[in-house]
Order: sequence, then structure tokens, then C-alpha cells
Amino acid sequence: MQPFTLVSGPAAALPAANVDTDVIMPKQYLKGIDRSGLRDGVFRDLRFDPSGAERPGFVLNREGWRDAKILVVGPNFGCGSSREHAVWGLGQLGIRALIGTSFAGIFFDNCARNGLLAVTLEAAVVDRLMALASDAATNRLSIDLPGQRIAASDGSAIAFEIEPGRKEALVLGLDAIGATLQHRSAIKSFEQGYLAENPWLA
Amino acid sequence: MPPRARTLYNKLVDSHTVRRLDADGGQVLLYIDRTVLNEYTSPQAFTGLREAGRPLWRPTAALGTVDHVNPTAAHRTAAMPDAGAAQQASYFAENCRDFGIELFDVLHPLQGIEHVVMPELGLVLPGMVIAAGDSHTTTYGAFGSLGFGIGTSDIEHYLATQTLVYRRLKSMCVTVDGPLGPGVRAKDVVMALIRRIGASGATGFAIEFAGSTIARLSVEGRMTLCNMAVECGARGALVAPDERVFDYLHGRPRAPQGALWDQAVAAWRGLNSDPDARFDREVALDAAGIEPMVTWGTSPDQAAPIGARIPDPAAEPDPDRRRDMERALAYMGLAPGTRLSDIAIERAFIGSCTNARIEDLRDAASVVRGRHVAAGVRAMVVPGSSAVKRQAEAEGLDRVFTEAGFEWRQSGCSMCLAMNDDVLGSGERCASSTNRNFEGRQGAGGRTHLMSPAMVAAAAINGRLADPRQAGGGA
Repeated sequence: MQPFTLVSGPAAALPAANVDTDVIMPKQYLKGIDRSGLRDGVFRDLRFDPSGAERPGFVLNREGWRDAKILVVGPNFGCGSSREHAVWGLGQLGIRALIGTSFAGIFFDNCARNGLLAVTLEAAVVDRLMALASDAATNRLSIDLPGQRIAASDGSAIAFEIEPGRKEALVLGLDAIGATLQHRSAIKSFEQGYLAENPWLA
Repeated sequence: MPPRARTLYNKLVDSHTVRRLDADGGQVLLYIDRTVLNEYTSPQAFTGLREAGRPLWRPTAALGTVDHVNPTAAHRTAAMPDAGAAQQASYFAENCRDFGIELFDVLHPLQGIEHVVMPELGLVLPGMVIAAGDSHTTTYGAFGSLGFGIGTSDIEHYLATQTLVYRRLKSMCVTVDGPLGPGVRAKDVVMALIRRIGASGATGFAIEFAGSTIARLSVEGRMTLCNMAVECGARGALVAPDERVFDYLHGRPRAPQGALWDQAVAAWRGLNSDPDARFDREVALDAAGIEPMVTWGTSPDQAAPIGARIPDPAAEPDPDRRRDMERALAYMGLAPGTRLSDIAIERAFIGSCTNARIEDLRDAASVVRGRHVAAGVRAMVVPGSSAVKRQAEAEGLDRVFTEAGFEWRQSGCSMCLAMNDDVLGSGERCASSTNRNFEGRQGAGGRTHLMSPAMVAAAAINGRLADPRQAGGGA
């Protein structure tokens, strides 16, 4: 997993509420057995018309946002299906961070497992970043994950919270399974006790 | 000092905690009892295991079933609708074989939608924690089992370690009291809840459903309720197990038998929230106030009783919500003020892990019996599992549907998410017993109205959205 330390770049505003993972990665891109080939699928029906031509009005097709690294998003982003393809695709499109007021639970965890930082902030702060991101002259943000700070183009610095475990995994690009298997003997002994106590599960 | 009063949710997390991962116990290493795998969210997890040379921790604690990509045409074959689906099915079979996992492939007599198959076999038991690569794993809360959806990376983590790194949720109690009115189903209860608290109203929470209405719901009705709790953001929904649950499970092929059964039931009787347990949020619904519900927009919380009219975005004071309503109505091709019961449909779909169990099919058949699907409507029934299909055929329900003009099909997820060849055309409008009315969910440009199976049946007969209480069979 690509470590996340300092990420700077253009931010794009996607203010709609409840943007679901069907919209982020529609069904025709879910037929693979690996993680590749998902760049074209991200926001497919928003980015392209049915003939495959770009929709010029969609923010990620416009000059100033085409190389966005950060999305400022509406509430409950990533709701719906558990498909991790949505997060893989965002990464393949070059998105490194999402900023919003709330994220759906499975999606939020999927982000952390794939080096995509999802930052939750108060609505007023998200509104301000949304306004800055909506103007190509002001849409550059810098996110310092070790320092837990976002620097905006208006000179403001915004502190954010993140769970320590999630932060460490992102900053170091950790292999979560390897880390858990360090507790192998604890899992074994828990399992033995648990199955002895609940023998119908053994 | 007496032990701290705990919610059922916290008891389940505590009983499965291998170790705390932070000082306050908010993040824990959680032991997972079981999973179910499908062909579309699992392949990259197996590839990861293969590349790292990691074995499965406990292969018997996983079951595979092909459900998302398979066709549902009446004549079942092993053929898949496209090359991608064929590759997923064959890689899934290879993975299950190589890693020692039991597989229900598309020709297996027990094949079906994962969340229908697991309970009908007795693989979901009270007190378990079950995580699976599908958001509707919340279904298992109907048994007092904590079920929740995970992504593919966490499937791999589970398969290699039998655990997940888990953040403890807040607890919400949703109490529903009183008798349900005629024609009102579990689906209407959960849709009324989602409308009330919003599509993110339970984000960060596990819900426990309580109250006299819930106690009177069948186990299958409770599955519908817990299944759709994820549509308001809940990552876990529970009903404390009771005699109905024990009766449902008794004698199921994979449920414990004999002395172990008695021992298990004795333990399960203690699975409930302590009387003075504190919830972080409490919501009360009056069952008498719940009417048959239908969605009009593109988010499950954009719903209204069938007797209502489409709301006017101009009357919405919040500008963000107004914009979202306008966008939804434009996508749905609907005008404010239209009566919901005046909306004509071209498609009707009875299926999905939300509403394709035997009780759902009986309920829909009671509306359909002796009537016929309206001209210009294509109506489909896709049973939740092959076992449900056989049961329905033994009861003659297949003939009720086919004589009325419905297609009687094979089991699978089908047009709930349209990963196979069951797809809405652009602009087609569908009355659907499924769980998500998102843009493009049932096909690019397709327009979905969510409702109970009885209401889908009524809509198919009437050619427009309809009140099942007036369409007959709504008792």
C-alpha cells in the first residue's frame, strides 16, 4: 500500500449527498478478478455520456480539476454496496484523499485499507473547502497526515482528527494481515476458549 | 459492584474480543464466527492469499455461493452471461476447491442468494458475529447475530486470521409498538424508519430493534427489517432472539442437534440487552402510523406512503436537500405533486435478499391469484434460493405467478443490482421488492421504485403503483 504522508494538489467539489458506490463504480466494471482497469469506471455515468464521450460539465472533466488529487464531498459519501472496486478506482484515477462531513462505514474502512485518506470535518469547514475547491484559482489543498493538518489556499490551516491505528496504517502503508498475525497465539487461545464455551460452534 | 448494564450489541462485541487495540477499547481485534463468499467481491482476496502464500485460518467457517452474476433464465445451465462473469465463476470454483471451502455453484441444489441460503441452512445462529463481502450481511441480526458487510481487503484479512480490526459502534434502539395495519409489512416498517432518520441516520451505529411489533414479526420479516437497516447506514442490526427464532432454527440441516441444541438454546436465552442498558440514541415508531411505503427518488430515504403525492422541492427550505430532490426527480422523470398511485410502470421485479423468501412469495401470490399482469408490463419473480423455489413450486405458487403473466425464474441476485443479464433499459420504470433505488442500480438510466413484494404484485396487476389494500389480498 502506498504510504500517505504529505499530499498536495487540486481539489474538486462533489457536493451531492448520498453518492453511492453504484455511482462511483457501476456494475459493468465489477466483472474482473483483479484490481486493475477501474480508472475508466469511476463516476462513469457522470464523466461520460452513453456513447463514451466526456460530459464537459462534469467537474473532473474541466480544466483545473482534471488532475484532482482530493475530492471535497457531500454527506454520506460511499453509501450502499460494499464493493471495494469503488475505492480501487478512485485510487487509479489519482485521488488520494476525500474530505466530507460523513462517510458510509464499509466505504470508510475500504479507504483505509487502500491508502486513501478519508477526513471527516464539521459542516461549516467542509462548506468553506467546498467553496475554495469550486474555483480553479483557489482549489489547491495540502494535506499533512502526520501533522493532521490541511493547508488551504486562503492561508488557513485546518486540524483534523483520525484514529491512531488508521493513521499509522496509512502513514506507514502497513500490511494489516501481517500486523494481525503477530497476535496469532492470542487468536488461537481465544478461539480454543470460545469454542469450548460454545461447543455447538466447534 | 454489579456488572455494568450492557446492550446486546456490546455483549456480542465483548464476547468476540480477542484483544483491545487501543487504550479505551474502542478498537478491538474481533473474532468472526463465519463468512459467506460470493464470486464478485472475493476474487482479489484469494489472489492476495495466493501471492502471500497464506493459508485459511478456518476453511470450515466459510461457505461459497454463486449468486451475483449468474443468469436466472427458467432453464438453468452452467453458462454465464458474459466472459467476465464466466471468469469470476470459474476462479471462484478454483479458489473454493484449492482452499477447501464448500461451494454451492450455479447448478448446486442449494444455490441461492447468500443471505437467503445461510439462514435457511441454519448457518446463522444467535450470538454469532458474521462478516461477509456484501453490505446486506446485516440480515443476520434477525437471529440475534451481529452481521455486517466488509470490503475485499477485509475478506482477505478474515480468511487469513479469522478476525477483523474492528471499531466499536454506537448503539441505537429503534422501538416499534402496536399492531401493523392491514397490508403493512416489515418492508414498510424499515422504509418508514429510513425515511424518518435519513439515509445516513444510523451511520456509525448498530441498531437494536425492540417493541411489540417486532416481537410479533416472523423471523423472515425480521430479516427484511435488518437487511435494509444498512440503507440508513447501520453496520449491524439486531433483534434479541426469542422462541420464534429457536423454532425457525430447530431441525435446520446445519443447526446444532440433540444435546448440543438444548445447550445452545439455553445460552441463547440470555442474549438480550440488560433492562437498564443505555443506548446512544433512541427512536420510537408507532406501528399504527405506518402505511405501505414506496420510494419516489434515488435514495432509499426519498420515500412516502402510497397514498401521498410527490413532494415539491420548492417547499424544501434546505438548499442542498432541494438540489438533491430536484436531481432525483429529473432522473426519475417525475413531477412534484403527482400522485404516487398515478405512476405507470413497465417492469415489476420480485426478488433479492430483502424480499424473496417463501413468505414474500406467498404474500405476493395472494395479491396475484386469479388476476393478470397489466398490458405492457413485464413482471418477474426470482426466488431467493433454489430451496425457496422448490418450496414455492410444491405449494403451487409458481403456477399462480405464471398464470397471471409473471416470469418464474431461477435464483440469484438478478435485477436487484443487474450484474447479470436481468437489466432495466434506460428510462424503464420498475416496481421492485429490492433495497436500493440508486441511479443506474438496476440498469443505466433505469428508474426504481422500492416497495414490499405485495405492492410490487399490486403494481404489476394495475400497471401503476398501487395500494395493496385496494388491490386485494392485503390482509
